[in-house]
Amino acid sequence: MSNVLQVRGLRLRRGTRDILSGVDFEASKGELLVLMGLSGAGKSTVLRAIAGLETLDGGEIHINGVELTSGRRSQSPAALRRKIGMVFQSHSLFEHLTALENVCLAQRHVLRLPRAEAVARARELLDQLGVGERADALPRELSGGESQRVAVARSLAMDPSLLLLDEPTASLDPARRNELGRSLRALAATGRALVLTSHDDDFVREHATRLVILAQGRVVEAGEPRKVLDSPLHPATRALLQRPAP
Amino acid sequence: MRSRAGLAGILVVFIGVSAHLAAQAPAQPVLRWGGDPEGGAPFVQADSRNPNRLVGFDVDIAALIAAELGRRPEFVQITFQSLDQSALRGDFDIGLSGIENTPARRQMVPTSIPYYEFKEVLTVRAADRDRFKTLADLGGRKVATLAGTIAADILGRTAGITATPYDDDVHPYSDLAIGRVDAVLLDHLLADRAVRREKGLYTHPAAVATSQYVVIVSPKNPGMLDRVNDILRRAMRDGRLEAILRKQPGVWNDDQPRLFQAMTAATIPQGETEARASWFETTRAFLPKLLFAAWTTLWLSCVAMLGAVVVGIGIAVGRVYGSRSTRLVLTAYVEVMRGTPILLQLFVIYYGLASIITLDAYVAALLGLGLNYAAYESEIYRSALESVSKNQLDAARVLGLTEGQVLRLVRTPQALRIALAPMTNDFVALLKDSSLVSVIAVPELAKQTQIFATNMGSWIVPGLICATLYLAMSLPVAYVARRLEARWKAPTTA
Repeated sequence: MSNVLQVRGLRLRRGTRDILSGVDFEASKGELLVLMGLSGAGKSTVLRAIAGLETLDGGEIHINGVELTSGRRSQSPAALRRKIGMVFQSHSLFEHLTALENVCLAQRHVLRLPRAEAVARARELLDQLGVGERADALPRELSGGESQRVAVARSLAMDPSLLLLDEPTASLDPARRNELGRSLRALAATGRALVLTSHDDDFVREHATRLVILAQGRVVEAGEPRKVLDSPLHPATRALLQRPAP
Repeated sequence: MRSRAGLAGILVVFIGVSAHLAAQAPAQPVLRWGGDPEGGAPFVQADSRNPNRLVGFDVDIAALIAAELGRRPEFVQITFQSLDQSALRGDFDIGLSGIENTPARRQMVPTSIPYYEFKEVLTVRAADRDRFKTLADLGGRKVATLAGTIAADILGRTAGITATPYDDDVHPYSDLAIGRVDAVLLDHLLADRAVRREKGLYTHPAAVATSQYVVIVSPKNPGMLDRVNDILRRAMRDGRLEAILRKQPGVWNDDQPRLFQAMTAATIPQGETEARASWFETTRAFLPKLLFAAWTTLWLSCVAMLGAVVVGIGIAVGRVYGSRSTRLVLTAYVEVMRGTPILLQLFVIYYGLASIITLDAYVAALLGLGLNYAAYESEIYRSALESVSKNQLDAARVLGLTEGQVLRLVRTPQALRIALAPMTNDFVALLKDSSLVSVIAVPELAKQTQIFATNMGSWIVPGLICATLYLAMSLPVAYVARRLEARWKAPTTA
């Protein structure tokens, strides 16, 4: 139905170490789902697996009807990637291209849009995200917040139905975090599902629609964010909240 | 046991060394004589049965001079092209190696009376003997010779001929046989030997010019020249020189008694004593040649570098993305090319492959330099490719770019920026390494400078001009690279 993403029994192993040992969750249109967990719980790996960047050792991922199963890396990467966008924690902008060119690249070479159309769309997105005047800057000239917004614009240019963000709050001060939260909610409201990882429980309380707690490669608790955070059932969730404020 | 055996071994060696020293002990003074065994028979050649022993008429004449002086001859191996300079440096007392009697040489080093008269003769393929009879028949064609000889001068002065100077006197004839050049102009002794060695060659008997061989003497040895001349005259009179020359087949002929007669006459015409050309005149005469050679060096280096970059990128991509076996083959290529001398590679490509495919000298030079440098370039690109952050590549993949697009649009452009500085470095190195192609008869800048210096008898002006020309080529490259780098700056790895 309105489920954009379904993750079922996701298992992933590196060498002899289990990184993910059976992860289940789903996200539907308009949702802003946050994955929380201590470092090493497997949050980023889940995002990478959904993006088709990891080889699965078990389980399956459905994104709007496209299926990714174990054993084969990105079974249909082209079809899958048309539906998702990902913003890396490091933003990973292409260092040799300006902000504008970063946003145009995939439009031109994947969507095969004419240059003028790609540029117009890129400018519009950069303007919307408040970095329009930085369009001609190179990535190394951008601040952390600016390059994050350029990276978001780069993903949105492909009009994904699922947007993945790895630790988007990590490098932002509290005011910026709320600003980001509001823009992300607005994005979700346009009919997309957003899945992000975070360490910031205030942010999660304020903006997330659903919270999934990961510990040792599996889901230990999930539900409405305030409920989960205010009355944590699992020791891992409690450990998460006791950590000193950043 | 072991230590006793070791001790015994040391003892044996010690006794051996002492015996050897004892045998030499009577401190007979030596006469160091310089020559180039690469010149071969009948001049100076390693005995094929005992490579430590030298044979040839120059060897015998050196021995004769040494004996007359009451000295023991001691051979000093010198490259043919460097004999004059070595004499001036005092690397040896006398030099013999089919050394020609030229005005330029007589002005530079003490030179003995001539002891052998030879003809410059034209050798062609037997099939062409009626077509190419004289130099005049060879307009627009390549004529090979030995660099720095009278023959090279004659060819240089003959309009319409492409003179192709070689570093040795064997490959002009082998290249004539396979069609790389259309004629060879050299001493008749060399031509006779070549015609015996190579099938299908013919030497026209008429002399294009005549000249003589002489002994050069180190100026650090006052009085030596007169004594050498004296010994040579006596040997001409009493038949010892004739005996020496007759020992080698085909060397003695009717020209020699005439020469001996002239040399032993009461007053000796010591050749023309024309005024020496000033350094300015010589430089003016050689400058166009040097400029042309610099142009050869430049375009050869540019084209070779272009090839090296293209092949190098291919190898680097293959080593980063290829299958196990591809990587293995490419790694082997890189190690072989880096691990063996480029000089050897040039020889193999030009002369070694000649039986399979006859490459033009320039093509062989480009192949040799390009393929060798491709190995170095590929290592630069491989590490540059690997230094582009994996996250950027993943970001590009998630955006839907294919692996080919990721490589072309994201990875390579950034890698090239990283590779720019080491590439510039390699290009400057290539510019200088291109001097090695003179071994396959490509007349580039370093070789022309050497010829110029030999002619002038000094390295100061030629060295300065040569260095200036090389710098004029390499400094702009470095400048452009720095400008580009400043524009791009090294991307900070995310």
